[in-house]
Amino acid sequence: MVNLHRFANPNRFMRLSGLILPWASVVAVLTFPVGLYLALINSPPDYEQRETVRIMYIHVPAAWMALFSYTCMAAASAVALIWRHPLADLAAKSIAPVGACFTLICLVTGSLWGQPTWGTWWVWDARLTSVLILFFLFVGYMVLFDAFDDPTKGARAAGILVIVGFVFVPIIKFSVDILELRTLHQGASVSKLSAPSVHESMLWPLLVMALAYAAYFISLLLVRMRSAILAARVRSLRMMQAQRASRAAIVPERP
Amino acid sequence: MNAFIAIVRRDVTLALRRVSDTVSVVLFFVLAIVLFPLGIGPELNLLARIAAGTIWVAALLAAMLSLDRLFQVDADEGGLDLLVLAPLPLEAVVLAKCLAHWLVTGVPLILSAPILSILLNMGGDGFLVMILAMALATPTLSLIGAVGAALTVGARRGGVLVSLLVLPLLTPVLILGASAVDLALAGLNATPLLMLLGAMLLVAVLLCPWAAAAGLRLATE
Repeated sequence: MVNLHRFANPNRFMRLSGLILPWASVVAVLTFPVGLYLALINSPPDYEQRETVRIMYIHVPAAWMALFSYTCMAAASAVALIWRHPLADLAAKSIAPVGACFTLICLVTGSLWGQPTWGTWWVWDARLTSVLILFFLFVGYMVLFDAFDDPTKGARAAGILVIVGFVFVPIIKFSVDILELRTLHQGASVSKLSAPSVHESMLWPLLVMALAYAAYFISLLLVRMRSAILAARVRSLRMMQAQRASRAAIVPERP
Repeated sequence: MNAFIAIVRRDVTLALRRVSDTVSVVLFFVLAIVLFPLGIGPELNLLARIAAGTIWVAALLAAMLSLDRLFQVDADEGGLDLLVLAPLPLEAVVLAKCLAHWLVTGVPLILSAPILSILLNMGGDGFLVMILAMALATPTLSLIGAVGAALTVGARRGGVLVSLLVLPLLTPVLILGASAVDLALAGLNATPLLMLLGAMLLVAVLLCPWAAAAGLRLATE
């Protein structure tokens, strides 16, 4: 097993993330225009949905990333609870708002897509409902994290919550399937990798967009974690400065 | 085992001494349901159609109301520290407290649900399934709710926060329970959904005491 404690050192993390961050951001900056060009201009319109199918290239990767973010958050929280790994808490905390935003993007684009294709902004079908509940799980995590005066306690309480939530996500998914046995939303069409039911001309833009989303996620996560570490450093430096200043103020009074 | 029974007996006794707390949960349940015909209109067909769902939603919310007292009272009085130090594993303590919570809030909800379903003009075919489903679901509410209650013991704001954390996790219970009653009303076989509710209960019994105990340890550190 990889020795996780090697990465627990914030200095080592800063060095490593400093190396990864430029690459991840460059990939994100390059793939977004390419992916958007392929998706919005250089891909065929759907024979039934016409141009509205292009929403898919924004919507589907957002849904993937939302689930991926929640999984990462649960994994990071588990690492934090088991090995008391401070960076893992920080990672989970940094993922939460990003994941919530992906979920929101998924919901909003899904709603915009639903209006022209299904004729309604919102339906209570299995997938929409479970993504909506996923959004509430993200929000609950963030609120619980902030509800404690002691941030380490908040981190651990929220970590327990996200692990419980992770166990329940499949149950929620399954139960909303029961809610709507007949649903408007189409089933998964890309996961069957051997023979995906999306045509190649649409699959490529989708995959490029997914890569762009992933690179964006990694860069944003690293920036958030790095700035949190730096903020903690600035804080401790200020404390030291204040301590020194107060000592200097006290010393001359003594004879 | 003696300690387990002692905790259950203590909590039930405390609840019976402060009987207004228990009664207020049931009253909330009744009032919430009475509000629906007032808000939606007294048309009997419509009420019959929404009866099962309304009763389930109201039961869920009523159970939420009672959760913030589950551990908070003990934490304020200092009893929680003793429970954490007790020789009984904390997971068993949580289980005992959930059992007591179910006895004083879950059981009254189960008993009042059929009466309220008459108020909402629900068909008689759903009665038995309603009671069975409630009997399987209310312990799950107590268990999952205990996780939320335990995690928020040390937090600055309790009440609303617990609902925010717990309600998303309780959506499967709501869906399965309300669907089971609707199936029974439509003359179909609701047994599969009741079994799923039972499965949920088993998952909750396995998972929730651990999570809640971890939360309580965190709170008493």
